[in-house]
Amino acid sequence: MIKLRFASPEMLVDINEIPDLGYHRIDADGSVHVGALCRHADLERSSLLATRQPTMAAAAPLVADPIVRNRGTLVGSLCHADPQGDWASVMVSLDGLVVAQGPRGRRTIAVKELVHGPFQTTLAYDEVVVEAIAPAPKGAPAGGYLKLERRVGDFATVGVAVSVDRTGDEVTRAGIGLTGVGGSTISADDAAQLLVGGPLTSDAIGEAAALAAQAAQPRTDHRGSASYKRHLVSVFTSRILTGLIRSQEEAA
Amino acid sequence: MTSLFQEVSPGAAEETPTRQITVTVNGESRTAVVEPRLVLAHLLRNGLNMTGTHTGCDTSNCGACTVLFDGKPVKSCTMFAVQADGHEVMTVEGLAGPSELHAIQEGFKEEHGLQCGFCTPGMMMASKALLDENPSPSEDEIRWALSGNLCRCTGYQNIVKAVMWAARKLEDQG
Amino acid sequence: MTAVDEIKIGGMGASRRRVEDNRFIRGKGNYVDDIVLPGMLHMEILRSPLAHARIKSIDASKAWAMPGVRLVLTGETMAARNLAWMPTLSYDTQAVLATDKVRFQGQEVACVIADDPYIAKDACEAIVVDYEPLPVIVNPTQSLAEGAPLIRDDKENQSNNVVYDWEVGDKDGTDRVFDQADVISKIDLHYPRSHPAPIECCGSIADFNRATSKLTVYMTTQAPHIIRAAVALVAELPEQMIRIISPDIGGGFGNKVPVYPGYVASILASILLERPVKWIEDRTGNLISTGFARDIYLHGELALRKDGRILGVRMKATADHGAFFSDAQPSKFKIGLMHSAFACYDIPNAHLEARGVYTNKAPGGVAYRCSFRVTEAMFFQERMVQAAADDLGMDQAEFRRINFVRDDDFPHRTPWGFLTDSGQYGKCLDVGLEAIGYEEFLKEKEEAAKRGRLLGIGISTMTEPLGAGNSREYDILGIKMFDSAELKIHMTGKALLRTGAKTQGQGHETTWAQIVAHELGLPAEDILVEEGDTDTAPFGMGTYASRSTPVAGAAVAMVSRKIRAKARKIAAHLLEISEEDVEWELGRFYVRSQPDRGVTIQECAMAAYSNMPDGMEPGLENVAYYDPPNLTWPFACYIVTVEVDPETGVWDVLRLVAVDDCGVRINPMIVEGQIMGGLTEAYAMANMQFITFDEHGNCIGSNFTDYLLPTAWETPGIELHEVETPCPHHPIGAKGIGECAAVGGPAAFVNAVMDALKGTGVRNIDMPVFPDRVYEALQTGQDVSGAPPVRTDET
Repeated sequence: MIKLRFASPEMLVDINEIPDLGYHRIDADGSVHVGALCRHADLERSSLLATRQPTMAAAAPLVADPIVRNRGTLVGSLCHADPQGDWASVMVSLDGLVVAQGPRGRRTIAVKELVHGPFQTTLAYDEVVVEAIAPAPKGAPAGGYLKLERRVGDFATVGVAVSVDRTGDEVTRAGIGLTGVGGSTISADDAAQLLVGGPLTSDAIGEAAALAAQAAQPRTDHRGSASYKRHLVSVFTSRILTGLIRSQEEAA
Repeated sequence: MTSLFQEVSPGAAEETPTRQITVTVNGESRTAVVEPRLVLAHLLRNGLNMTGTHTGCDTSNCGACTVLFDGKPVKSCTMFAVQADGHEVMTVEGLAGPSELHAIQEGFKEEHGLQCGFCTPGMMMASKALLDENPSPSEDEIRWALSGNLCRCTGYQNIVKAVMWAARKLEDQG
Repeated sequence: MTAVDEIKIGGMGASRRRVEDNRFIRGKGNYVDDIVLPGMLHMEILRSPLAHARIKSIDASKAWAMPGVRLVLTGETMAARNLAWMPTLSYDTQAVLATDKVRFQGQEVACVIADDPYIAKDACEAIVVDYEPLPVIVNPTQSLAEGAPLIRDDKENQSNNVVYDWEVGDKDGTDRVFDQADVISKIDLHYPRSHPAPIECCGSIADFNRATSKLTVYMTTQAPHIIRAAVALVAELPEQMIRIISPDIGGGFGNKVPVYPGYVASILASILLERPVKWIEDRTGNLISTGFARDIYLHGELALRKDGRILGVRMKATADHGAFFSDAQPSKFKIGLMHSAFACYDIPNAHLEARGVYTNKAPGGVAYRCSFRVTEAMFFQERMVQAAADDLGMDQAEFRRINFVRDDDFPHRTPWGFLTDSGQYGKCLDVGLEAIGYEEFLKEKEEAAKRGRLLGIGISTMTEPLGAGNSREYDILGIKMFDSAELKIHMTGKALLRTGAKTQGQGHETTWAQIVAHELGLPAEDILVEEGDTDTAPFGMGTYASRSTPVAGAAVAMVSRKIRAKARKIAAHLLEISEEDVEWELGRFYVRSQPDRGVTIQECAMAAYSNMPDGMEPGLENVAYYDPPNLTWPFACYIVTVEVDPETGVWDVLRLVAVDDCGVRINPMIVEGQIMGGLTEAYAMANMQFITFDEHGNCIGSNFTDYLLPTAWETPGIELHEVETPCPHHPIGAKGIGECAAVGGPAAFVNAVMDALKGTGVRNIDMPVFPDRVYEALQTGQDVSGAPPVRTDET
């Protein structure tokens, strides 16, 4: 942004030297806490996420490219508020929060409320986000992230994050976040809500995929037509959810 | 040694903010006075005269400027020089002494892993980071680890072979 | 007394490790941006944000006032010195800095020269340009429409947007065979705009010394001597006072052939300021203003007999040249060597009509890894061939085999007048089919189809003309396309070789020494190769269009033979026998009747300086200028298998097999490197490399986040195979190879996807074959065009 001279900030504060922000951890309740300086690469290599937060684990290797992942951060991605950012969809699907800190102290903001337009957030000018939180799952967490990128490091033509918490067969909480199909990240609430309260069935998956596609607000551009992108939302939603049934069957 | 003087443009001296930074580059402590907006790649190339680190795009895509920053590969065109203050940077010039070659350098030559040579320094630095972490990577692991570095000449197949060559050599060296 | 082992001395056929690597792997290459001269200033270019607009005013006063700014150049400054316009390599003119109006987005409007590049960029932003927008044209249809705005109103006698109309072939004869055809196969294709995008952008450092009147320019150029001539003519400087140095080049692929406004502006700035001025293009500048390639539309027709024979070809091509016709190509051929299409097939009748048009897009038309539009020619050819095989219901491999020129039919005159030299086309195809397991794959494909999976196989076979000239037909701006080599054997038997070519990664420093080793028996490591400095290198036409080995490489062999002829006389003198009794084996002359009595080439070298025969000129140095009798005609067969995901349109390459016949291989390792690099660019063209424009002429693809180059992850693995048919007219039997894979490759990928879609009614999807296009084709059963303007919600 700065090198292309799209942005010319008068002052830039480097937070990299602030100690103790590079962490990510999972608390006893299962909530995931990611510090502002935790790099994408840390999440990609995290054994914690791999076993306990599958949606985040699925997305981490698909963010940017391997070199960029050594510098970029999840929190930075959320605050950049690019509608094509991967992490925002993931955190939306997890009903995630960010912790913002400023001279007036700390406050938490739902990721769904953080962004109000392309590259625009509700943060005050003197606030920084110090942590992102994926709240404790309501049951066993499952999910995934699928993205159409035409090569490594490409922005998503479409990305879909799905997270499903289950107790036994029953879905106790669900979230679906959509990347690249609107002016900001979209939370497909109706689609997610439809999944809650029963087992994942192919009928439910079909309906949820259709609702997710309806929630998308894609535009036709050089990456594809609006109808194609909408279609991909449906395909990806369906593929992730179908994969969950399959892995459940395999486990059983 | 410090320079005796550096000419500045009339009027520029008062207006331009500068910072003094000290960066350990290839094991040697280097101090420079820089504008805060100077990117690290330009400090290396123009300030410290280490032109092995190249720049090929302005969007963090090509990876020609890849260096190791505290041991991890980063794109040095996407960091400000001031952010390297107090940190360690390793460039292609630091891979081996003047009369020696690192196994990765040998591997690139042996397996014809370069043609025009422009992406090569960044490609080798990314390879070094990979082998530091994973001494015997598979073809897929190499392709994945190097997917932040673009090459227009080779089609990558020989680069993959070069990294494998280096991995074997390093293993033989123990 | 044993002959030298050619492989051991790094001669022909040795996969000798590259000499140039020694500096590159240490980060000690010497690219233009690495060069720092005392007192050097930095130049940045202000570019037009609009694609078509009248310039009402330019106010640079704020830029001038900024600390560190030394000079601001505008069209006015240039015009005062008669430099606002410059000639292109195709006898058109191109604006250096815009005076009257801008004609494409990214056009050069002003330059700032300052103490450092950051200040120069700041100052560019401080220049205020008042534009009056004009209607924008982004494709030939718009360009040729009634009442279309005239783009080149600067040119006298230009009343429309047509650059040229050109035709070749026998129209009447072709019409007749079309009347007799059983089947006429038709297809409409677009080879989209692309960009070579070497990782190093273009740049120059101009250093004018008033005291000596000498102008030295370090420049990213593939053809330094042509640049010297151009600078002499444009800037009206004496040619002996111009020195062009092309140092290490970070990839060229045709991008670094033309003369760009940045070079000219940096030269003028250095003359005005009497200090060195460096210009290094940024990536956006590179992609939106320099050296685009392709952008040709084709309507193609084949007249077919039921048994599969092709009776005739009709091609109607429309080339979108952007705002200035600046193709780098021989002047005789307006649309390059497009008429080399179908050279590998035995076809009696052919006719090509071509029209070039102006649009509000960047100029260029460079031969991107391509011998002058041959890439488009072969792509169109192989797409037409596949469509024709489908129309006849014939197997695509069999259809090709039926129509190939036979091995005993060389030299073969093509319907458009080329003379192909040699080849074993059927054998190459067989090797490829065997390698891919053609029959098995067809069965697998059929089985997969039953389970709803879409597999496809694509073939591309072609021969292409590489190595221009001959000088009778080939020139650039009237300069004949020969090439040169100068060889100096020092008294210790070590040597210095210089050629008129210019390596950009092809490994000339390694391979030229191998040719000398082959001819003289000197170890390759004893031969230093230098190129790219016009004060020292013999005059040559540079490296592009795969011409180095066919032309400069031949000159290397010829100059070595001249040296050997003189050394033979010296040997006779040393052996005290008559020259007729001297025999040669690699590295050594000996007495025919006494093979163990001999002298080495090194001993002859020493004698050339210390003990030459009476009356002989001292020294062992010579130069050769080689004018090839013909182009060389390598052949290639590329086969790709793919699987298409019908739900998303995403396609993955399953296998990629390449069979190349480029005659004798000087350094097999390097040849294979060239093929793999070319195939990767072919894959990129087919899959992701795309520069397009919206209706306002905004360039989509102006940086690497939109103009996609493949990474190691997506790039398919490559299986290489070889057939060798020596070139009959090249001194060492070699043919060009640098571009075959980039030329022949794209059609193999597209054909594979189209094969997977066979039966859906879809005949064509324009490149890049993006997933959304495949999906749309599957949904609608119709072709998908990729012509600009790009579809957006606004339109």
